[in-house]
Amino acid sequence: MSQQEIDQLVDQDYKYGFITEIESDTLPPGLNEDVIREISARKGEPEWLLEWRLEAYAKWLKMTPPEWAHLDYTPIDFQAISYFSAPKKQGDGPKSLDEVDPALIETYNKLGIPLEEQKMLAGVAVDAVFDSVSVVTTFKEKLQEAGVVFCPLSEAVHSHPELVKKFLGSVVPQNDNYYAALNSAVFSDGSFVYIPKGVRCPMELSTYFRINQQNTGQFERTLIVAEDNSYVSYLEGCTAPQRDENQLHAAVVELVAGADAEIKYSTVQNWFAGDDEGKGGIYNFVTKRGECRGDRAKISWTQLETGSAITWKYPSCVLKGADSVGEFYSVAVAGKKQQADTGTKMIHIGPRSRSTIISKGISTARGQNAYRGLVKVLPGAVDVRNFTQCDSLLIGDQCGAHTFPYIEAQEPSAQIEHEATTSKVSDDQLFYLRTRGMSEEDALNMVVNGFCKEVFQKLPMEFAVEAEALLGITLEGSVG
Amino acid sequence: MLIIQNLHARVGDKPLLKGINLNINQGEVHAIMGPNGSGKSTLASILAGRDDYQVTDGKVIYMGQNLLELEPEERAWAGVFLSFQYPVEIPGVKNIYLLKAAVNAIREHRGHAELKASDFLQSVREKLKVMQMDEAFLHRNVNEGFSGGEKKRNEILQMQLLEPTLALLDETDSGLDVDALRVVGEGINRMRSPERSFLLVTHYKRLLDIVKPDFVHVLAHGEIKLSGDHTLAERLEREGYEGIEAA
Repeated sequence: MSQQEIDQLVDQDYKYGFITEIESDTLPPGLNEDVIREISARKGEPEWLLEWRLEAYAKWLKMTPPEWAHLDYTPIDFQAISYFSAPKKQGDGPKSLDEVDPALIETYNKLGIPLEEQKMLAGVAVDAVFDSVSVVTTFKEKLQEAGVVFCPLSEAVHSHPELVKKFLGSVVPQNDNYYAALNSAVFSDGSFVYIPKGVRCPMELSTYFRINQQNTGQFERTLIVAEDNSYVSYLEGCTAPQRDENQLHAAVVELVAGADAEIKYSTVQNWFAGDDEGKGGIYNFVTKRGECRGDRAKISWTQLETGSAITWKYPSCVLKGADSVGEFYSVAVAGKKQQADTGTKMIHIGPRSRSTIISKGISTARGQNAYRGLVKVLPGAVDVRNFTQCDSLLIGDQCGAHTFPYIEAQEPSAQIEHEATTSKVSDDQLFYLRTRGMSEEDALNMVVNGFCKEVFQKLPMEFAVEAEALLGITLEGSVG
Repeated sequence: MLIIQNLHARVGDKPLLKGINLNINQGEVHAIMGPNGSGKSTLASILAGRDDYQVTDGKVIYMGQNLLELEPEERAWAGVFLSFQYPVEIPGVKNIYLLKAAVNAIREHRGHAELKASDFLQSVREKLKVMQMDEAFLHRNVNEGFSGGEKKRNEILQMQLLEPTLALLDETDSGLDVDALRVVGEGINRMRSPERSFLLVTHYKRLLDIVKPDFVHVLAHGEIKLSGDHTLAERLEREGYEGIEAA
């Protein structure tokens, strides 16, 4: 069973499983002020947030979609999209795993996903005895003890309004870009994390543990604040193929790190990639940015991007603090007819700030993979250092790899290094490994995992193991 | 164990092997010598399963099976091992990871349980000692930045771990200094047994002084021109390939 077939089955599930029952809870397509008022009202938001949304909407109206990316797709009709769906009620989905396509279950098993989690992913209704509920409770207690706030953003709006008000939009302003503006106007939900001064978050925070996460995918908005001298590691996404009925995704993630604080943000993205022609796949337009506001603050982005028909994503670091550190480790896979235009921006403002960029692009089938990176050094940012390594791996001869590095240094003392390589998985490598008893597919996986190792090493241990398995499944059928 | 009959092979329009006949029995060591471009390495590659060549005629029977029908990994499972003339680099993959994956892949297909990590490590350490290799080798990426000699030692290390039935050693002696040659040669000798056969492809007699072959064959222009015992290697060294061909 190929990934494509599995994905198709996932897609089919949706067609038969969800659409009719959702209709009543979904606003009709189209976007105007009334729709935004309706969204805000249904979520019971305070007046200031409605005003904020409307402000963003007014800005969005004056903007146009960016066209500079190396992406080719039919323009999106923003009036054809519905901007609000009420969270799904239990009983909408399949009643048990027996009703879910066996092929999907097989994929879950290959990835070693526990049964209860499989149910959640497949959209099976889970009741109160769901094992994880107790896990989540213990988890919440532990966080509370440490003083960490971790909840849906929609909840934080009520429980911690002063924090949300202070930080929302402070890293990614409403009019930052077209999709960020759209998100600011209509965002659904996402995570809110607040780590107080001097606190080391006692566990890795994962979206998996966030209750009420259903149906937040389309216009997700996440805000993570780490006060001075604190630490948090946040895991986003899931290696399993996720079902989602919305084609357009425009998420915003904002990170704020105080002096000596560290935020580690890891993502595994595996949205539906579409069929061989790219049809039906998710369009993923994401704005992720972190600000190192204090001295010696550190923000690290690590990502594995395997899904989506279109990926437009540049997790960035604004290095304001002196001696602050920004890191970007990325593996992006483009197969089928997927197109990925992804990279990072490192904006050096603080003196002696340092950044590292390791980007690994894998292209297979008819996939097109572009790295786009900006390293900018502003006046006054003396003795800045950047190291960029940008490697592309091609499997087959119909795919493409592109590199667009931009460097703008306004300080003569800046040391900026850029290395780029493009290689093909060679027949010699595959033959060598096969003579050592490995199947062609295992041989390919070994070569590709070797290529990605520097990035996978940066993922939290468990995530890294899943990432390797996911990569293997994604590349199934790439050789032979 | 291995019967090669009338083997013809080509790349594109260029014939490389023009009717090779060779029988290798269990426990025998055969050396194939010959000038550059004579087809020695081609023969070893075809036996290991490289598909850059078209076999146009003839057959190869290995332990009763049609070897040419098997995929390279199936040949490995059946006990065929090729020590490469130019072992390829695999960036990012640690040597120990490859060794373990290879050992367990082959064990699995021979119906053995996966080796326990501690047993595997012990076995590797023994073999490292034999090959006079430092343990740091295990944590370097496969063949990346290895010297010529290190690559060849690493190939023989793999052979020792995989315990093949038929070992094809393609110019294992090239690029080795005198000391490394002795280590590699002795590494091969340790593996000689009544059940295991070797096909050594080489230009020079110096490896054969350490690993004494039962048979020596001279390959030129895609054909075996002459076969004999180990004294043939000495004659070659004296008279050169041209002398032998003229005779």
